[in-house]
Amino acid sequence: MLNVLTGFVEELREAGIPVSMVETIDAAEALRHVDLGDRAALRASLGATLVKNARHFEAFEVAFEVYFGLRPRHADDPEAAEAARTADAALVGAAGGGGSGGELDDDSLADALFRALADQDDALLQAVVRRAVEQLAGMEPGRPVGGTYYLYRVLRRLDVDGMLDRLLAELTAERALSPLEERLLREEIELRLERFRDELRSEIRRRLVSDRGPAAVARTLRRPLVEDADLVHATRAELAEVERIVHPLARKLGTRLAQRRRQGRTGRLDVRRTIRRSLSSGGVPVDPRFRRPRPSKPELFVLADVSGSVATFARFTMQLVYAISHQFSRVRSFAFIDALDEVTDYFGAGADFEQALNRVSAEAAVVWLDGHSDYGNAFGQFSELYVEALTPRSTVLVTGDARSNYHDPNLPAFSSIAAAARSLFWLNPEASRYWDTGDSIMGAYAPYCDGVYEVRNLRQLAGFVEQVALPTHRRVRRPA
Amino acid sequence: MGAAGPGEVAAALQAVGYLPDARIAQVVFLAERLDKPVLVEGPAGVGKTELAKALAEVHGRRLIRLQCYEGLDETKALYEWNYRKQLLRLQADQGREWADLEHDIFTEEFLLSRPLLEAIRSPEPAVLLVDEVDRVEVETEALLLEVLADFQITIPELGTIAATTRPLVVLTSNNTRELSEALKRRCLFLHIGYPSVEREREILLTRVPDLPETLAEQAARLVRSVRSLPLRKPPSVSESIDWARTLLALGVAEVDEGVAIDTLHVLLKYQADIEKVAKELETAAAG
Repeated sequence: MLNVLTGFVEELREAGIPVSMVETIDAAEALRHVDLGDRAALRASLGATLVKNARHFEAFEVAFEVYFGLRPRHADDPEAAEAARTADAALVGAAGGGGSGGELDDDSLADALFRALADQDDALLQAVVRRAVEQLAGMEPGRPVGGTYYLYRVLRRLDVDGMLDRLLAELTAERALSPLEERLLREEIELRLERFRDELRSEIRRRLVSDRGPAAVARTLRRPLVEDADLVHATRAELAEVERIVHPLARKLGTRLAQRRRQGRTGRLDVRRTIRRSLSSGGVPVDPRFRRPRPSKPELFVLADVSGSVATFARFTMQLVYAISHQFSRVRSFAFIDALDEVTDYFGAGADFEQALNRVSAEAAVVWLDGHSDYGNAFGQFSELYVEALTPRSTVLVTGDARSNYHDPNLPAFSSIAAAARSLFWLNPEASRYWDTGDSIMGAYAPYCDGVYEVRNLRQLAGFVEQVALPTHRRVRRPA
Repeated sequence: MGAAGPGEVAAALQAVGYLPDARIAQVVFLAERLDKPVLVEGPAGVGKTELAKALAEVHGRRLIRLQCYEGLDETKALYEWNYRKQLLRLQADQGREWADLEHDIFTEEFLLSRPLLEAIRSPEPAVLLVDEVDRVEVETEALLLEVLADFQITIPELGTIAATTRPLVVLTSNNTRELSEALKRRCLFLHIGYPSVEREREILLTRVPDLPETLAEQAARLVRSVRSLPLRKPPSVSESIDWARTLLALGVAEVDEGVAIDTLHVLLKYQADIEKVAKELETAAAG
């Protein structure tokens, strides 16, 4: 068991989940108190000891399936094995064909699946899953493909996509449902189908593992963790996941920006601590203590390129703006393509993110001529209209790929923005090796920035947030 | 203490009105066996704090609660010298030798226990709840480490106070920021998400007496559907309990679109969310 555990921990680390030595020991300790035949208990115990972050659970689940899912659930439990056999017999019986152990044709399997889903018969569903993978997936030993290929083969043969309507028709036939009930029912059937797909997936994985061993399968199944997902090419599901993580990060960013002003200043007299101190001098307050000043609220100006080339990233930046503006009152946000417009109000209190995003694209005047990014014009407008609002306490955050379609970079405007603000950071969603190639003019702007950061995934964003706190960024700036 | 298995833990929790799923029961069981704190994370209102309360009730222990907030410091979390009393003592004892005095005023008599010290010094084992630990600054988190790992507190004037009894520790976090690795390493991690329809139905039936089963079923199904929409703040379990109570008080026999839309404000706390769900329900009704 220990060997399996160390292999498993190794795999978790490979997948990017940090697992420390102490946690591995805890897991080993926990195994002593767990019924090893009970997969759910085993999973819960390993999860609680090894994974300390909710968003790592998905990767954990996959690895767990691969390492501990090999033995079918009923391997040690004669009762469960018997139940599985009965279910299989029932399946064959219901299909009305062949002897026990004989092959079933696609239609009767599909019918059995239909019954299992309609009656929520778990044992029958399991039997269908086993049969379906055995007969329909056409798995070839030794072939180095992932599970997805087999999964789609099974799904297509069983016509799972058509199943939803069939089930809905069957379940609504008996009595008329109100539209609300119908909607609920439809969603629930979708969930049941999703469960069926999950079961298929794990059955396929189980067979892959018994063919090729856990380490090899785990390698093909490894996906980047959410914090490593590329923000420019992120899928919708990944973006949704990213959005959940942005809030804590935004909060941290705000705190970091505020914290920098905390050091070295004193505030009001702290009576309690002064008297406490005075005890050592016989009650004479020779050493007055002061309260720390409250951290001042950071002033943040976000300038986001929302043009098509960075559309996905822009969505993410807007998410960041949205998150920040919910936690801090003094955030002003601006969107631009070849013209710049203030969008702060769209993200105000009580705003809905999707709505705000729609308003940015529908109402904000971000297009001036042709709808291709023009950083120079955007900065020109900003320095003309809003530069007065910048104070030595404000931080400016520009996000975009600095691809300005060969327009004039308008460096004087940019340097005046940089001079007016306390600090200016640029977050670029492009890999740094592509900077200054083609129409990218990152290099032209970089000297005026306090920092230019490649932010292609959340890990890099977190890195930026950490960096912002470093005192090296406190520097005196004079207008150029 | 000393449940034989997670099944017993689940039954015991159920007996005091907390319905755990298998994972919760398993982790709680492990925490008791391994003497480790549990870090419970999850969205607001899924019963994180309730779990600690239920545990205290199960074991018949005292619940000691440390509510975290920004700016919490050791004088609020660990201990504080009762300086007023010390001052009085000094004045009352004027003219005595310094050595006597020093021994006098730095004794336990002048020590004010704050929750963490309280939990450790408690003669009977207690349940220590550190609520919303994500609200304190990273620096303050360090205060917790000594307590969580070794169940002891070092007071410079007195020395190290070790626990006479080991408290069962539950920390909760809403995940508004990442907790430090050091803290996480010392805890078992339990993520509580929204319950399944079946479990939510059971919760509603337990927490709202007299609720008809059909109504509980309908409410649980509708709440699940609402949670699947992209909302700013999806309804929590406590809100769905409130909603079920409202339905019961209104004498509703069956939940339909009209009733749902009229009572949405109990379930959702943001106007934008209410409008969005109402629109969804209306289109369902129209389509």
